[in-house]
This record gives sequence, C-alpha cells and structure tokens, in this order.
Amino acid sequence: MLAFTIRRLSQSVVVLFVMSIIVFAGVYAIGNPVDILINPEADIAEQEATIKRLGLDKPLWVQYGAFMSNALQGDLGNSFVHNVPALEIIFARLPATLELAILAVGLAIIIGVPLGMIAGLKDDSFIGKTIMTGSILGFSLPTFWVGLILIMFFSVSLGWLPASGRGDTVDVFGIPVSLLTWDGLSHLFLPAFNLALFKMSLVIRLARSGTKEVLLQDYIKFARAKGISNARIICVHVLKNILIPVITVLGLELGNVIAFAVVTETVFAWPGIGKLLIDSIANLDRPVVVAYLLLTVTMFILINFVVDILYSVLDPRVRLGGSN
Amino acid sequence: MKLRNFGLAASALAIAFTLPVAAQAANLTMGMDSEPSSIDPHYHNLGPNNALRRHMFESLTGQDEKQKLYPLLAESWKPTSETTWEFKLRKGVKFHDGSDFTAKDVIFSACRVPNVPNSPSSFESFTKAIADFKTPDPYTLIVETDGPSPLIPTYFANWGILSSTAAGVTGDIKYDKENCGLDNFPSTVDFNSGKAAIGTGPYKFKEFVKGDRLVMEKNDGYWGDAAEWDVVTMKPITNAAARMAALLAGDVDFIAAPPTQDLKKLEEDPKFDVAQGLSNRVIYLHMDQYGPTTNGITGTGKADAKYEGEGPCAEKECEKNPLLDVRVRQALSKAINRDAIVQKIMGGVAVAAGELLPQGFFGTNPGMEPEAYDPEGAKKLLAEAGYPNGFELVLGTPNDRYINDAKVAQVIAQMFTRVGIKTSVNAMTKSVFFKTRNKYEFSVYLAGWGAGTGEMSNPLRALVGTRSKETGLGGTNRGRYSNPALDEKILTALKTVDDAQREAILQEASRMAMEDYSILPLHFEVTSWAHRKGLTYAARADQYTLATGVHATK
Repeated sequence: MLAFTIRRLSQSVVVLFVMSIIVFAGVYAIGNPVDILINPEADIAEQEATIKRLGLDKPLWVQYGAFMSNALQGDLGNSFVHNVPALEIIFARLPATLELAILAVGLAIIIGVPLGMIAGLKDDSFIGKTIMTGSILGFSLPTFWVGLILIMFFSVSLGWLPASGRGDTVDVFGIPVSLLTWDGLSHLFLPAFNLALFKMSLVIRLARSGTKEVLLQDYIKFARAKGISNARIICVHVLKNILIPVITVLGLELGNVIAFAVVTETVFAWPGIGKLLIDSIANLDRPVVVAYLLLTVTMFILINFVVDILYSVLDPRVRLGGSN
Repeated sequence: MKLRNFGLAASALAIAFTLPVAAQAANLTMGMDSEPSSIDPHYHNLGPNNALRRHMFESLTGQDEKQKLYPLLAESWKPTSETTWEFKLRKGVKFHDGSDFTAKDVIFSACRVPNVPNSPSSFESFTKAIADFKTPDPYTLIVETDGPSPLIPTYFANWGILSSTAAGVTGDIKYDKENCGLDNFPSTVDFNSGKAAIGTGPYKFKEFVKGDRLVMEKNDGYWGDAAEWDVVTMKPITNAAARMAALLAGDVDFIAAPPTQDLKKLEEDPKFDVAQGLSNRVIYLHMDQYGPTTNGITGTGKADAKYEGEGPCAEKECEKNPLLDVRVRQALSKAINRDAIVQKIMGGVAVAAGELLPQGFFGTNPGMEPEAYDPEGAKKLLAEAGYPNGFELVLGTPNDRYINDAKVAQVIAQMFTRVGIKTSVNAMTKSVFFKTRNKYEFSVYLAGWGAGTGEMSNPLRALVGTRSKETGLGGTNRGRYSNPALDEKILTALKTVDDAQREAILQEASRMAMEDYSILPLHFEVTSWAHRKGLTYAARADQYTLATGVHATK
C-alpha cells in the first residue's frame, strides 16, 4: 500500500508539472489579457505601461519561470482582474460548488438507486420500462436546456423556487453554507437537481443491471429458500452488492461535478468555481485559470485515490488481490 | 436506512432555520450582465466598475444620461486662463464615515490614482494633465494643467473622491506627479472588504460577495436628494437567458441587457416594461491603410513596393492593398445597406450612423446623413480604381462582444460580395479577436467604440489619429489610417479651451475623417433595460446601469 501511495504521488507531481506548462502556454496563446482588461481609450503609452506593470512584456518562458518559482512557494499569483491571490478567489467560491455537487450526487443516489432497483426487479412491467425510458431522457437532454425548462416551469410559471443565485448562507467554521437555511435550500434545489439528472440516469442504469445480476445469484436463491422476507433480501443483500459499481462511478462523477459544473452554474447564476472558470477564461485571467486547472488535477488524483480505498473496503476481494 | 434518516434530519434542520422573509417595498434587486472586478474606484477603468463607482464615490462633476456635465461635488467650475481651472466645491458634504469633504480629499484622490498596484487599466489618463493644485480656501480648488486642457471638467467626472481623513492623512498634501509623499494609500483589498469603501455617494457599501451579490444601503447623511432605495442588491447574472428568467420569475426587479429577441415579448407583457435609449457606442469597420500589401485580401496581384513595419505582411508575401485607394473605401461604404442592417438584423434597436457619435453630441455635424446604399455606384468606383472584377476579402469580427456582431458581419459580407468583393467572415471570441486584430492580421474588421467623454475628440483621437506614443493619438487605430492634417486638427481641438471654437474644429475634423473614408461607421447601438411594471429607468448613452436611475412610478 505504501509503495502504491508513493508511486501514485510521484506520478501526480509529474502530471501537475506537465499540466502547468500546457495550461500556461494555452492561455498565453489565446491572447494578451491587457487587450481585454485595459480601457480601449488608453493611449499607446498607457497600454505599454500597463503591459509592463503586469509583467506581460517578458517572453513566455520568463513568465513561466517566475510563475513556477512562486508556485513552489505556494503562491500561484494574483488575479489580473481582481488583484487578489488566485487561490483565494477559488477557495472563496469552492464551498458554493461543493455543496451543489454533494447535493447533486446525494440526489442521484437517493432517487437513482431505488428507481434502478425497481426497474431491475420489475424489468418487464410498465413501471420498469417507464423508469428506463426516463433515464434515457436524463442522458440525452442537454443540461442547459433542461436547466432553462426547470426555471421556466418551477420559477416562472409556478413561482415555487427562485431562478438564480445563491440564497442566505450560514457560516459554519467560517465557511458560508446554504444547506442550513430554507432560502438557501430553495436556491440550491433546482441547480442541484439539474446537475443530478445525468448522474441519476447513470445510477439507475447501474442499479438496474446490478439488481438483475444479483437476483440470479445463488445466495439470493438460498436466502429465499431460508424464508427471509423479500424486503430484507432487497434492502440488505441486493442493495449492498449493487453499490460497488455505483460508488466507483459516482466517485469520478463527483470530481466532474465539482470541476465542470460550468453549464449549470452559468444557467442558474450560481457563484461557484465553474462560473469563475468561464469568466476567467473570457477575461484571460491567466493566474486564475492555471490555478484552477492545477487544483482540478490534484482533486482528481485525490478522488481516484479515495475511490480505490473505498472500493477495497466494500469488496474484500480487491483488498486480497492487492496484497498478493 | 441511514440515507433516509439523513434526509429527515436535513429537512428538520431546514425548518428549524427557516427565517421569515419580510416584504420590503423600498428594496431593489438588479440582475447585471457583468460584474465589477473591484469596489476600488481607482483600480480598473472599465464600464461595470465605473457604473458601480457612481453609487458610492462621487466625483467633482457628473455626467447625465446624455453625458452632459452637471455639478456634483463641485458646484461650479470655469477656466481662469488657458492652463488653470477654478472649481468651487460644495460645502456641507460628508463622507460615509462622517468626515467633511474638502479640497484636500480631491488632492488625496488625485495622488492615489496613479498609485494603485497591479491596476489592469489605470485612471491616470484622467489625472495626468494636472500639473498642480492650489487651495486658497478648503472649498476652492485651482487646477493647473500642463498646457491647455479643455476636457478637465469631463475628466473630473471619471474618478471618484476618497476621504483623506479616513485614510489617516493629517497634514497638508503637496501635490506632485509621483505620490505626493504619501505611502499609506488604502489597498484594493480594503475596498472589497468594505473597510476603505468610504465615499460621499447616495449609497453606502454593505456587502460584496464576488460572483454572487453586491449590496449597498441608503446613505442617510447624503447631501443631495435622498436615495430612493433602502437596500440595492446587484446580482451578476452573465447569461442573458438566465437573466431574463430571473426577471420573469420575480427574483430581480430589473435587468441590464435583456436578450434582443425577447424585447417584443417583454413590451407586450403587462407585468414588465422595457427602457431603451441610443448609446454612444458606434459599430464601425476599420480598414488596413498602412502598407502597400495587406494580409486578408487576395486577387489584387503583386504590390509595387515592399511592406515594412509591424504585421504579418512583414514576414510573408501578401498581395496588393486596395484599401489605400479612397475610391475602394468609398465603394465599401456604398455597398453597405445600413438601413437593412438596422431593420433586419438589429430588430430596430440601432440607428444608422453617419459619424462616430450620434447626432446632437458635442462635435457632430448637424444633418450629417449616413452613406446612402448604392451598389451600382460601388461597382463603378471599384472599376475606376482598377478592380472591375473585385477581389477577395476576409472580414474579421468578434462574436460575443457587441449586439449581434457576427450576424452583422455576415450580412456585410453578403453586401460586399454583391458588388464584386468576394467576402468571407472570420468570427471569433473577443479575447482571440482582439489579439489577432492587434497583430494587424485583418484587412477589414468590425468593432465598436463608446466615447467615454461623450464628445467628438474621443473617437477621433483613438480611432483615426495616427498611432503615436508621443501625441497620444491612435490608441485603437488598428487600421493605421494616417492623415497629418487631421492629426493637427484633433490636437488643436484638444488644446482649445473655448467650447465654441473647439466644437467648430471638431466638426471640421469629423467631416474630414468621414470624407476621406478613414473609417466606416455602421450604426449606433440602442441599449435596452427591462424591469417589472411600476419602475422607470432613464436610458443612458454611456450604457451604465445605475440604481440611482431606477425610480418607482408614483
């Protein structure tokens, strides 16, 4: 396990380094932030002074070198747009995205697993077929369109839920959380549901095929023969055994949601990091884009790591195989 | 089931924390199309920041909806010689922290303007003409300038006044161009947290959560008419459809820049209203008039001379540049059916342009008409210029910067093609577009210009003056048009303090620029705002969205 961890970590460092070069060069290639940020009324002398002040007159490799030496000291640079450290901006926005992502994945599990099991148990019934058809919709409808439809229906027509933004928050250990107020939850629900739709469909399909497979296993037949109630068989024996693939996939999906909830955050004006990324790319706010992507890579590495461990906890065979 | 228990616990918590939402009539929530990058009034000279600044930090002079100047912290001003201006300051004005406003605060603010670390776009252009300040008494301010500077009162509408007392300045301040011997200016971060956000404006800083909301509250000690709203909340909703949905759902009372295709629907809806007004933003075509060859034109053959200077043609073979010939430029202008663009593409929310500012603005020529659509005339001119079979052209345009920008470019390409100039459009996102344009890769490109000062010297100076670091002309003249006689006129206007004289010079300069087809104005954008019934908004030419302009109908 230790050797595995060390190898994993050293790979991560290389990945981070390569990412930093790619991202830095990529944003550099798109354009010069000054072209976007500076007021067009500035004359040539003012434009040049600004370029110099922000260090953008130096060649790419010099800029990268300066960035790297700062980054090694934990400083990923100041945002060109906001003049505060890039990491600070990202961490200020992170809680909003995290709670959105967690609620979305939560919804996907709470709704998706039972529906998937029903579909698996009643494969040929009307209900089972309806659920499966619904999951196809969840896969194929574009997120922004569903988001707008949700807004039009629940906010504009019915007036039940707010259309955009984040509601009241409560500070928990200095982190603003909107899960704890009614206003916050009401703002959270639609975007979280929108984000959950795709994942829900994924979970339904996984749970259905898992259920169908498990139902044919000998231990289920044996449990039935022993006279164990149907409810217990389903809630304990089936459920536990279909969760492994669900957790693997959702672990990776959680990373995706955190890193790329861009569309949902844009449609619902949710002040998370996805929206920050889009705005930063539009403004060529290089330090923020680079810091964001480096953080994302780090996060994926970590999530994969945790998934591997969870996996071995749920399925002893993995653990045994790993130690061989 | 553990999950079920969690769900119950969560809903129980939610109920426990439910807060009664009191309905308050005098609160205003606005959905904004862009977010200011900072609360700091001197950090970033850009539209959203400048609009926000006007709520909290006032300037000596103000600009109304039509960009005409009116007294704000200065009650009156006049030139006392070619190089001095006298401002009489308003008495009894208090900052948000209770300190008095005096001339010292103006000097302090002018000292800070060039000293904002990492400013991506400085306000220095509005203060650099200042040579010195004299204060015979705390409410009289004499501004001495380097040379005649007629735009000083206009410039003074563009930078906000900070409290020197709040910044801890005790003694007198001796003005210089560096930092006036001061080193304890408040930092940008202090403004964003609200600590240093102390101005004299009708609204006070309350809360700023980046990306989510900006909240201001009424300043009860305001010297002028009291603010109409107790609390103003500005929410950045950058996606137009989402902004529209927020308005329809009643989340916000007011939105900036509603989607153009929804305007009709909003106007017909009994619950909503639209405010519209002509902006100072002109959409134009710039044409490469620099070298004997140009990058985006083919089919014109080899050039007579070699290309020298900046641009892609310095490195590779390009074909002859037909845009140097005024007849070709005129033909392009005649080929464009501006009325059709306004009606069909802009849906009526634009006005065809014959100059770089709309009629009635300072320095425009009364009665100047947009170029008439005349495809036959265009063909004739092209033949006269030696291009009876036309040539091929690539038209550059951004696709996310101006209202319907790429669509307008497409239509213009068709119109050009109709007179024999086979045109294709190269549309790209604004960040890439500006970079490509600044490397002189386009022979013809579409862009827009909003005149911050609201008078003619501004677009002339930036767009058609010869690019030069020394004169300060041509900052955005990426067509590199150059006409020494016109430069002379613009520079003279910039030094003529007498308003009537300056206006006459600017009118003549504008006429010269138009007659030489240095640049082709297309149309002026009409800016729209939408709000629920029961509100009014006075549309602004500078396209700023201001809570101070939103009123409840009685």
